[in-house]
Amino acid sequence: MKIVGHNLTTKESFYFFEIAKGLWITSRHFIYNMYFHIAHLLGKYPEVPAAVTVQYPEEKVPLSRRWRGRHRINARPDGSPRCVACMLCETVCPVQCIHIVAGEHPDPAIEKYPVSFEIDVTRCCWCGMCEEACPVDALYMDTGKSPEPGFSREDLLYRKEQLVKEMPLPGCQRSLNAPGQGPMEANPLGL
Amino acid sequence: MCLDVIITLLKIAIVFGFVLNVAAILSWAERKQSAVMQDRIGANRADVLGFRIFGLFHPIADTIKMLTKEDWVPPAGDAFIHTLAPFLALFTALVVFAVIPFGDTLHIAGRDIPLQIADLNVGILFIVAFGGLGFYSVVLAGWSSENKYSLLGSIRAAAQLISYELALGLSIVGVVMAYGSIELDDIVRGQGQYVLGVIPYWGIVAQPLGFILFFTAAMAETKRVPFDLPESESEIIGYFTEYSGMKFGAFWMGEFIEVISVAGVVTALYFGGWQIPFLSNQGIFIPGLFTIPLPHLLVVLLQVSAFGLKVLFFCWFMLLVRWTLPRFRYDQLMAFGWKFMVPLALVNIVVTGLIKYVF
Ligand code: SF4
Ligand code: SF4
Repeated sequence: MKIVGHNLTTKESFYFFEIAKGLWITSRHFIYNMYFHIAHLLGKYPEVPAAVTVQYPEEKVPLSRRWRGRHRINARPDGSPRCVACMLCETVCPVQCIHIVAGEHPDPAIEKYPVSFEIDVTRCCWCGMCEEACPVDALYMDTGKSPEPGFSREDLLYRKEQLVKEMPLPGCQRSLNAPGQGPMEANPLGL
Repeated sequence: MCLDVIITLLKIAIVFGFVLNVAAILSWAERKQSAVMQDRIGANRADVLGFRIFGLFHPIADTIKMLTKEDWVPPAGDAFIHTLAPFLALFTALVVFAVIPFGDTLHIAGRDIPLQIADLNVGILFIVAFGGLGFYSVVLAGWSSENKYSLLGSIRAAAQLISYELALGLSIVGVVMAYGSIELDDIVRGQGQYVLGVIPYWGIVAQPLGFILFFTAAMAETKRVPFDLPESESEIIGYFTEYSGMKFGAFWMGEFIEVISVAGVVTALYFGGWQIPFLSNQGIFIPGLFTIPLPHLLVVLLQVSAFGLKVLFFCWFMLLVRWTLPRFRYDQLMAFGWKFMVPLALVNIVVTGLIKYVF
């Protein structure tokens, strides 16, 4: 490790001038921003921003197409989740927040289905590994929604029934199949 | 007799009403000012019936939050002292204002009302003494919490406060020498003179070095950035870690009140108190040229508002410093206090003495 030192010059070691310089920088920002805040109140120069803040719930920045938001499960044309309970997402999840109970599906070609599927978003770190791991085009994080606050842990447990109803954000859809419709053959594994 | 009591109570109501309201508004101003300085917007969400008025409801929302929060006393700690400490912090900060004159003597209906709550003849000593008592709140808070980190925080605080108290006291000596009195009222009156007939003989003119030393030491006494080692909310654990609810709020408000007290003392000692240059009891005057007479009541009103404005200016300035400078390291803090401030304060006294002797 190389430590880069800086010995104070005589003028700097008085602190006083450096402090005055620092105060001038912050005051300059204060005066500039205050001028435009007041101008905005009077309806002048609306195009010059006085702050970089985005007032979040009212204003939103456009999301990237690859933004990882709340999870959703893609549905088959009959509305049941495409998930085949392969447990890949549960295994890959670094914080172990996905809990799946598998059951036998009546269709022998599908083999398994999730009896229950829960994502505990209090623990999720939004890494997106579950989305990448899913082999059957089922789990996606393209809803464009942030997790909402809840009053209990129960509120923050997203279940299969809820996840399958979520829709992708228009323009950001990453799944091959639109939820609930589309030819089954488009599924990479033909499921 | 009865009237005297009423007048005194009225003065107390006015002064403490001003101080406490400004303290609440400072908590708002601190958020807003820092936000504007950093190109942000700052707290603006608290609303009543859809009105936000620039976030001015936040101090009220904060108070409601603090009052309704759980008030927790550490079971191993000393409940009585734990409760006493925040009150002490508030009290010592607030009581300083009792001796600060906020206006000239008011002549009304044949009465002379000094606009100062208590005209103590030990003025400055009273301020220093109560500034010193402020240590107790810090030390008791850390000690009674029965938490070793709080205790360490309060030890840091005590060491810092004692070091800077010395520089603070020594820098005041310069003012006392310059005006020849330790009564604040006399000092403020002394600042009504003029050097060479035109420059008001304010403390800053008489004691420029003393002012810088006093202001720095006083900022250290308020325990705020760049001297916030006692509390250091961002990483080291401070002395009021074990406080919650309104007791924490008392420390928090105490700090703002301390800011106002320091602003008041600085105004009284170095910035002419209620004096306005070229405004005397007779009215506006330009020395040697002319005088415009003004009614007595208007003059007093102008002077009281001048005092208020000066205090507000220094509050604003201290917030500016707080949001500009980073914190000292502890060894730098001690070295700065003992090796820089104290010797300079002593030099200041010697130079003041020499000047007094020569002229
Ligand atoms: S995004 Fe990451 S943390 Fe969240 S459920 Fe998927 S794998 Fe787990
Ligand atoms: S990886 Fe996909 S198919 Fe496998 S359990 Fe998870 S969601 Fe279901």
